[in-house]
Amino acid sequence: MENRKVIIIGGGPAGIEAAYNLALNNCSVTVLEKEAHIGGNINNIVKLFPSFVSADEIHENFSQKSQHENIKLYTNTDITQLFFENDLWHAKDASGETYTADALLLSTGFKTFDARFKEELGYGIYSGVITSVELEAMFKEGKITTPEGKIPQRIAFLNCVGSRDEKVGNHYCSRVCCINAVKQSISIKELLPDTEVFCFYMDIRMAGQFYEELYRKSQEKHNVNYIRGRISEAAATIDNRVQIKCEDTLNQLPMKMTVDLLVLMVGTEASDGTTNLGEQVGVKGEYGFAKSLNLHGADNLTIKKGLFLAGSCKRPLTLPETMADSRAAAFEILNYLNQN
Amino acid sequence: MKNWGFTISTSRTIDMDKADLKTYNKITEKVPSAKRCLMCGACSATCAAHNHTSFNFRKCHLSFRRGQFENLAEELDKCMLCGKCKLVCPRGVNTRAIIFNMRIFLNDLNYKKISL
Amino acid sequence: MGKQYWKDYQKQIADDDYFYERSCIRQTFFPGSETAFLKMMREVLGKNIVDDTNLHTCTGIGFYSGVVQLDTTMTIVARLFALMTDSGLKNFVPSCVTSFGLINEVVDIWKHFPEELDKARRFLKEATGREFEIPENVAHPSDIIYKNRKALKEKMKYQLVNKKTGKPLQVVEHIGCHYSKIFPDHVVGSAEFPQVLAGMIDEWGGKVIDYPERRHCCGFGFRQYLVMANRGYSIANSKKKFESMQAYEPDFIVSNCPGCSMFMDKWQYTIAEMEDITYDKNKQGIPVLTYEEMAGMLLGYNPWELGFQLHQIQVEPLLDKIGIAYNAEEKYIGKSGMMLKTPEKPLNIIS
Repeated sequence: MENRKVIIIGGGPAGIEAAYNLALNNCSVTVLEKEAHIGGNINNIVKLFPSFVSADEIHENFSQKSQHENIKLYTNTDITQLFFENDLWHAKDASGETYTADALLLSTGFKTFDARFKEELGYGIYSGVITSVELEAMFKEGKITTPEGKIPQRIAFLNCVGSRDEKVGNHYCSRVCCINAVKQSISIKELLPDTEVFCFYMDIRMAGQFYEELYRKSQEKHNVNYIRGRISEAAATIDNRVQIKCEDTLNQLPMKMTVDLLVLMVGTEASDGTTNLGEQVGVKGEYGFAKSLNLHGADNLTIKKGLFLAGSCKRPLTLPETMADSRAAAFEILNYLNQN
Repeated sequence: MKNWGFTISTSRTIDMDKADLKTYNKITEKVPSAKRCLMCGACSATCAAHNHTSFNFRKCHLSFRRGQFENLAEELDKCMLCGKCKLVCPRGVNTRAIIFNMRIFLNDLNYKKISL
Repeated sequence: MGKQYWKDYQKQIADDDYFYERSCIRQTFFPGSETAFLKMMREVLGKNIVDDTNLHTCTGIGFYSGVVQLDTTMTIVARLFALMTDSGLKNFVPSCVTSFGLINEVVDIWKHFPEELDKARRFLKEATGREFEIPENVAHPSDIIYKNRKALKEKMKYQLVNKKTGKPLQVVEHIGCHYSKIFPDHVVGSAEFPQVLAGMIDEWGGKVIDYPERRHCCGFGFRQYLVMANRGYSIANSKKKFESMQAYEPDFIVSNCPGCSMFMDKWQYTIAEMEDITYDKNKQGIPVLTYEEMAGMLLGYNPWELGFQLHQIQVEPLLDKIGIAYNAEEKYIGKSGMMLKTPEKPLNIIS
């Protein structure tokens, strides 16, 4: 097992899937995860789109994979420094502990947009304005309540918060929020069938398998209302509900509505680990995402020898795409190790 | 009341807190496929009447959804029930049935109907 | 309010040595305000502020009505700067919010289009022989009062507290659009939640009301209300605000824009006459103050010297709430000692 040591930074889906495939091929894999547990952003999800498979199942699968005998997993390990020296990659954490390997995989994933930057939407100011992540946490509890603790009669979603937005500097589309909104709308209707759900969109992007069918089902079976028009501002009413204004563009008329909860579909951004470590090793790309060598031919390689990328640290991806990408990364790493 | 030569403009805003959103359910009960509509406008694009009159089926459908019934019966009278809209709808909405039912319910609501 | 982000982009407000530019219309509708401001600056805060008698309009009202061309406006603004330069000062303080917006726009145009600056210099020189410097700092008087709110508080005899109940007064604050919406980084706070008036109210014991239409324009667009055909649309905006704030039962409204203050004050009467409705429980209207009047009132200045007698919505109920003493007999006695005419409908705006 001489020259087959691999370090993986980030124990989310990309990291664990790659670790497992490398472990199966006789690599000695070290996974360094900064949180107390693996799973990354999957930990925040209850059911996955579009099939509503339980995230617990996926998580259980990752858990088992991470226990392969060739994988050494270190949690609560926040890597702050990365460098290449003496033909080896070094990963150093805040306490000075250093891990070395022949190849290094960056799978540091994504974070969600901080909605406080969109002042006009009142996040962080009005308690009735929450993010999709916070809504998902309510699904975990099995209960959706207004800030006053009541059952919401009306919930509104706003798509594209922090994405496709010049003002915050994120021109790109985060890809997963549209389908996530459809999924969450349905989840709400399953829990609270009498609650009205409105989804405010600029576009509805259903670019995955069975996504369009789910959108159709949300309209037909679950009576979710879709309104084409971006909510311009949110304000609190005297009874602590949220007043929203938008243009009903298909009607060419202004519209206003009071809702109990306004859910902001926050976009994905490169995580702090991705941006900081990416910058250190010279692979930081646009918007802080990590840049691969070649989108078509070498999407897991970088300009640095022995440094590889997997998952949503590169760009917004869905879970199946991430896992496929990380398997490809494992393969590329094996190729690299075999050649050297 | 004093008149100084102007009146205070009324709001054009659709107030979804006050709009009648329930009457539309009567349509969707009879025509469940109406719920699948995503307002793409293919129906209006192919409509024979839309070419030469103000009649716009997509807008009529949307207005009904929003509880805006003014002038709707008058507009709906312009539909010739040719069925071209139903042929082109990508979502398979039964557009003709929507017209029939909107006409019926607007009569129920005592809206003015032009008689021939 | 829980808003902390705006602290990261705090506006620069000069400390002293101000050149004051008076407003065209404020002195008609709120006559005591500018005098009170100068008094506060000089007597309470000990600042140097120059009130030049050669002042004139900045043409904001004409420019935004579409009757004065941009070239003319820029040259006239240049003359104001020339007056400032002649008095040896670099800090420009426009009393009117429209003027504030216009000054910032003109300076911004000159920054991006230096040929326009050259043109303005040339026109001014040819027309009047004057030369000018661009001000180093442009701050609105409400910014300066905001900056000195703690120092002013120490000298205040009263606070924004209901004397009987001991509770803070509920205050609606309204920021002029040209103050905060054109250049969000020239604002104390942010474009969505400007803090310039909210900070004063918080400091002086009041409670700011956050009602849904708080950020909505009052409708004072020159093009709109100057033309009778558009006036209905203009007043509808103030009405929208009144309807939104009604449930919160504000004790008074304060604004930093001359137009907004005038609108909110006068339109309550207009709406009452046209539609027979008012927005406060006592059917007397919600008093509207300028920020100088608010500060001056709390400092104990004579309400009639502040110009309260000329408000459409009578301010006495508010003075009573705070416990400010005033002499009702002297209300309509002018500066000359003569008795002015009294208004037809002083207290109840609904007949």
